[in-house]
Amino acid sequence: MPSAKPSVMRPVRDIAVVAFGQTDHRRSTDELSEVEMLMPVLHQVLAATGLKTSDIGFTCSGSSDYLAGRAFSFTMALDGVGAWPPISESHVEMDGAWALYEAWTKLLTGDADTALVYSYGKSSPGSVRDVLTRQLDPYYVAPLWPDSVALAALQAQALIDAGDADEPALAGVAARSRQDASANSHAQLSGSVAQGVYVVRPLRTGDCPPVGDGAAAVILAAGERARELCERPAWIRGIDHRIEAHGLGVRDLTDSPSSRLAAQRAGAFERPVDTAELHAPFTSQEVVLRKALKLGADVVVNPSGGALAANPVMAAGLIRLGEAAARIHRGESDRALAHATSGPCLQQNLIAVLEGDA
Amino acid sequence: MSGVRSGTGKEPVAVVGIGQTRHVAARRDVSIAGLVREAAQRALEDAELRWADVDAVVIGKAPDFFEGVMMPELYLADALGAVGKPMLRVHTAGSVGGSTALVAANLVAGRVHGTVLTLAFEKQSESNAMWGLSLPIPFQQPLLAGAGGFFAPHVRAYMRRTGAPDTVGSLVAYKDRRNALKNPYAHLHEQDITLEKVQASPMLWDPIRYSETCPSSDGACAMVLTDRAGARRSPRPPAWMHGGAMRSEPTLFAGKDFVSPQAGKDCAADVYRQAGITDPRRDIDAVEMYVPFSWYEPMWLENLGFAAEGEGWKLTESGVTELDGDLPVNMSGGVLSTNPIGASGMIRFAEAALQVRGQAGEHQIDGARRALGHAYGGGSQFFSMWLVGAEPPTT
Repeated sequence: MPSAKPSVMRPVRDIAVVAFGQTDHRRSTDELSEVEMLMPVLHQVLAATGLKTSDIGFTCSGSSDYLAGRAFSFTMALDGVGAWPPISESHVEMDGAWALYEAWTKLLTGDADTALVYSYGKSSPGSVRDVLTRQLDPYYVAPLWPDSVALAALQAQALIDAGDADEPALAGVAARSRQDASANSHAQLSGSVAQGVYVVRPLRTGDCPPVGDGAAAVILAAGERARELCERPAWIRGIDHRIEAHGLGVRDLTDSPSSRLAAQRAGAFERPVDTAELHAPFTSQEVVLRKALKLGADVVVNPSGGALAANPVMAAGLIRLGEAAARIHRGESDRALAHATSGPCLQQNLIAVLEGDA
Repeated sequence: MSGVRSGTGKEPVAVVGIGQTRHVAARRDVSIAGLVREAAQRALEDAELRWADVDAVVIGKAPDFFEGVMMPELYLADALGAVGKPMLRVHTAGSVGGSTALVAANLVAGRVHGTVLTLAFEKQSESNAMWGLSLPIPFQQPLLAGAGGFFAPHVRAYMRRTGAPDTVGSLVAYKDRRNALKNPYAHLHEQDITLEKVQASPMLWDPIRYSETCPSSDGACAMVLTDRAGARRSPRPPAWMHGGAMRSEPTLFAGKDFVSPQAGKDCAADVYRQAGITDPRRDIDAVEMYVPFSWYEPMWLENLGFAAEGEGWKLTESGVTELDGDLPVNMSGGVLSTNPIGASGMIRFAEAALQVRGQAGEHQIDGARRALGHAYGGGSQFFSMWLVGAEPPTT
């Protein structure tokens, strides 16, 4: 990471999240295609704002062909959007949080005043632990098939070895997340959940996210348009994302310098936040992120239950942004941090700072 | 909140660096990382910049199955000097190379970053692209092998609709393959190409013959995009972006015109409006359009407004689109001579920029001031285009 103190990037235009919708996340949705899973969520956010597809200035989505098991899987989802007459549209092969980022840049240019962002993922058709190994260096690492839980366990062990956490502390993160998820009707896993047996030492079942399917959608709007569409818009004060080296051997797995750098650029450290939605699929990753982002004990972390309560891959990051925004919409937060991650052991991280009007 | 900021106008975007690999059927000498780094390094050398001068990286490619790596940008972060920087990965099917450049341009236009490296690639030798494109049942009917099987009926529809003579496709292929002889980066260099050979090549998907079909290539293309301050430091003339747009429509629906999709028309109209183009045939000096099968040249000439409906083939037949014609098309040899799928759109965008920079070498069009780069993908449903000029935009 560069050592020079990074400056805060001030957006040239005020843009807000004005609506958020998500599915009930479930272990499997065999009876639904991706389009069928997505459609109700798109209708939710359009209904919340009173917008029609034809009112939307830009559309951007995030999904993965590898999860879907077919090339160009996102083209089918476009049918659900109703792209006729033709729309201005783009797609990232990333979590929907980065689709939101692309849409935000489009609105910054002034080419559009509203954007529809969506993402979806069905982990149920395959073994997502194994599928994610295909993300790794194809020459030196992927041939060994180290799965996502095993890599997270390496990170957790490094954390324990460094004295940053122990197993009871990790269990505490798991218990708190699932308790909080009791108030989240979309959660897949909530209430009293046993920590269970080791999956890969030191991580137990309870330290790992549930495997499941789900979709989410967000509407962004700029300036006055945002106020027309939402009583209390969640203004994006800053948003930035950074990537780290791919090789786990050259990273300090107990830290997340890319999250910290993104947070600095997004202005997260200028004033304390009251809420943080962290995309930490494993309990140990919440510990890493809390430390890197200097979140104090008074910050409400993952009131939704976070990715430990529902982790639809490709949508779970966008859901963090949506959950943070929804709390601002409801008046439950004034300044919230939202985080999304991608890649093994938090390789790539996105941070947004959202605020409601006083 | 006081004083809602409503934007201060777009920052002009300049292309100051362009790099390509020498496209070939199989680059067995380099890894995927080696391939992309080669193009990126050449773009930086062209701009006389270092890796540290790049604020963000925007990368694009077509389906991950082509190389068998899921979200390969994660693994490519180191090779592209992206560590500690933002890295975005775009995927919009065949139009992705163009879309990727446009996403990168937005980062500059929206004043998020000053200098952005954008890159698109495909290393098709890692797999078999034709079968990678042939979706499994039930997503597609059986016996619909590869993109040619999908597009051939639409070519046939164009021929029926316009009454174009059967030979027009072969003229396009003969022209593009000859143009490629002037482009050292092109994949196919058929020194002994003749029109007769094109017309005698085997029929693959009637009416598309083998020589009227794009090859399968390994290659990467990179560009350095920057703001006005960056352009002032540029050692070579920049290309300026005058307009850019993307449009999408569904794959299949009642009333879809596969021959001349509405999304393509709308996308071109948006770009022309931004760039102040009123008569594309007169106002635009050169075009790099996405022609994976020969007949798509006359089809896109109509879709993009260079010819009236039903008249596109006449421009091709009368030599207007030749290198010495008054509307040269695919001076580089086009997709028919080079096709690393994910990069093909960006190569169109980059070749358009090379023309207005006067840096296209042997296939340079003298005095090219405004050039169009065009890409499409999916079932003729995703379009991305940009118009670049030798002068900065006036608005």
